[in-house]
Amino acid sequence: MRGGAELKKGTRKLMSPYAVWALLFTVVPLAMVVYFAFTTAQGSFTFDNITEIGTYAKTYGVSIWLGLLATIICLLLGYPLAYIISKFKGMSQRTLVMLIMLPQWMNFLLRTYAWMTILEGNGLLNTLLGKIGLGPYEMINTRGAIILGMVYNFLPFMVLPIYSALSKMDHRITEAAQDLGANSFNVFRRITLPLSLPGIISGITMVFVPAVSSFVISQLLGGGKEMLIGDIIEMFFVGNVPDYNVGSALSLVLMILMVVCMTVMNHFDNSEETGGLTV
Amino acid sequence: MSDATNNTLLQEGASENTAGTVNSEAIISLRNISISFDGENVLQNLNLDIANGSFVTLLGPSGCGKTTTLRIIGGFVDPDNGDVLFNGQRINDLPPHKRQLNTVFQRYALFPHMNVYDNIAFGMKIQKKSAAEIREKVTEMLRLVSLEGFEKRNVNTLSGGQQQRVAIARALANDPKVLLLDEPLGALDLKLRKDMQVELKQIQSKLGITFVYVTHDQEEALSMSDVIVVMNHGVIQQIGSPTDIYNEPENGFVADFIGESNIVDGIMHADRDVSFCGARMECVDTGFAPDEQVDVVVRPEDVVVVPLDQASFSGTVLSTTFKGVHYEMIVEIPDQDEDWLIQSTVAQPVGEVVGMTVAPENIHIMKKYTGDYASDIDFEEFPEAAE
Repeated sequence: MRGGAELKKGTRKLMSPYAVWALLFTVVPLAMVVYFAFTTAQGSFTFDNITEIGTYAKTYGVSIWLGLLATIICLLLGYPLAYIISKFKGMSQRTLVMLIMLPQWMNFLLRTYAWMTILEGNGLLNTLLGKIGLGPYEMINTRGAIILGMVYNFLPFMVLPIYSALSKMDHRITEAAQDLGANSFNVFRRITLPLSLPGIISGITMVFVPAVSSFVISQLLGGGKEMLIGDIIEMFFVGNVPDYNVGSALSLVLMILMVVCMTVMNHFDNSEETGGLTV
Repeated sequence: MSDATNNTLLQEGASENTAGTVNSEAIISLRNISISFDGENVLQNLNLDIANGSFVTLLGPSGCGKTTTLRIIGGFVDPDNGDVLFNGQRINDLPPHKRQLNTVFQRYALFPHMNVYDNIAFGMKIQKKSAAEIREKVTEMLRLVSLEGFEKRNVNTLSGGQQQRVAIARALANDPKVLLLDEPLGALDLKLRKDMQVELKQIQSKLGITFVYVTHDQEEALSMSDVIVVMNHGVIQQIGSPTDIYNEPENGFVADFIGESNIVDGIMHADRDVSFCGARMECVDTGFAPDEQVDVVVRPEDVVVVPLDQASFSGTVLSTTFKGVHYEMIVEIPDQDEDWLIQSTVAQPVGEVVGMTVAPENIHIMKKYTGDYASDIDFEEFPEAAE
C-alpha cells in the first residue's frame, strides 16, 4: 500500500477492524496451508506432500487448460457485449448491466443443475433437437459441458470490469482520434482497446482464477469423469479418506501457479491507466 | 428573429468579412443548417461563410449553438437540415476522419496512454508516413508551440497550458486546411489565457490557415478575430469585424453581450434625430420610419460628464467605483427603468446630480430587439447540445 507510513492516526484506527479481519481470515489460513503442506499427519517436517503432487500433474494441466479455454471464450463473448452496453445511453445502459448481473442472484448450484437438465441425454435441448429430427447428441459429461458451465457462471466477471473501463472513457478521446484521421478500426485498435486493457486484465483474472480452481461444475456437468484440481483438493479435505497435508500441498502449488499466471498477465498491462482493478 | 432578418445580417456580414481577410474565397460554408435536440431548436436556419485564411470566432453565451456549429463542421454532429460545404463541395456525408480539418478539443482530449511524441505523431502514423518524416514534423510542431524537448513526457504529468500546446501541435501536425478550436483556453488561468491568445494568433498568421474558434469570452473574441459571429439561441445575431461588432452592434443583444452598454428606449423622429432620456439629440443613423420606436445604445465610456447647463440629460450618482484607468459610476436618470453606467476619469461624489451628453457618432440606434438580452440569459438553462 502506497503511503502507508504517512496514514493519519485516525485512518489507522479506522483500518484496524480490516487488519484484524485480514489477519484472521487471510494470513492465518494461508499460514495453516503452508504448515500442513510441509508436515506429516503427525506434525513433523516433510517434503513428501509436495513430491506426491507429481501424480496430479495431468490434472493441473487439464484444469489450467479448461480454465484458459473458458477465459478466452469469456473474453471473446464478454468484450463485444461490454462494448455494446457501453454504447447505450443512461437508463438502458443500467438496465443492461442489471440483466447481466441478474442470473448471479440465483444460487450457483441451482444454475448449474439447470444446465444439467438442459444438456442431459433426454434433456431439454436433445428433446427440442429431436423434434426437428436431429440428435440425440452427447452433451452432458463432456469437456465442452464443463467449459460451458464455467463460461456461463463467470461471464459477468469478464463483462463488468471491461464495461467499467469502457464506460469511463472520455468520448472526446475517440473523437480526437477520428478527427486525426483514424477510421473505426484504427480508433478501436489504437485507442479503445489499449485504454480498456486494465479492464481486460481484471476480467481475465476474475474469470481465470475461479475457473481453474472450480470443482462443482466439473462434477455436475462433467459427470465426475474428469477430475479437475479443485475436485481433487475437495476430495482430500472432505472425501472418505481426508488428508489435509496433501490437500494443502495441492492448494499451495495451485496458488503459486496462479500467481505466476497473473504476474505474466499483468506484465502485459504496462500502462499506468486506471480502468479496472488489477490484482 | 425571422429567417429574412437573419439573411440580411448574413449578407452584410459577408460583404464585411471579405474586406479584412487574405483570401475572400469561402473555405467552409454552412447553408440553412438546422438541428434540434430533444425537441429544442439548437440551430435555426444558420447560414455562414468562412473565408479562407481568416480567424473566425463563434461567440455567444452557453447554449447559443456555437459548439454545435463547430461539431457540425467537424463532422461529429449531423444537421437535421442544410448543407455543409468545404471548398464548395458538400461534405455532409463525409465522416470526421476524412475531413481535411482538425480540432482542438475542450479540455484537450489527449491520448492518456501515449507520450507527447506519440500524441502528436498519431495522425501521421495513421497516414503511414515515414518515421523520418514524422520525427521531423513532430520536432517542428513542438518548436511551434514552444515545447522542445518534451517528446518523451507523459501527457498526464503536464500542466494545463502544456497539455493545451500538445493538443494544438497534434491538431496542426496533419497540416489541416482549417483548425477548429472549441473553447481551447477555457480551462486556463487568466494570465496563461492572455499569453496563449497572442500565441494562437501568431500561429495562425504564421501558418496562414483558417481558424474557427468557439468562445463565450467576448474579450478573447475581440482581441483575436478577423471576423466575429455573434450567436444567440441558435441564430446568428451579427457577423463582422471586432470593431464593427463593438462600435456598430446590430441589435441590443450584441450591444449587451459585447462589452457593457446602456440600452434605453428611444424614438427616431427622422433621420439623424432621436430622443431618449427626455432629450432630443442629434445622431448619425438614418433609414428608420418616422417616429419609430427604437433601442438606443450608448457605451459607458462614451457618456461625457458636463456642467448642467450644457447637459442633454442629468441624473443622480448612486455609486462610484475606482477601476484603475477610470471611475465607473452608476447614475439614476429620472423616469428611466434602468440606471446608467458611465465611465469618467473624474470621480463624482455619490448623491451629486451630474449633467451628461453623448456625441452624435456615439449614439447607436437599433431596431427594437425582442429576444433576451445576454445578461438575462440563465447560463445553466441551455446546456450545449454536444455535452
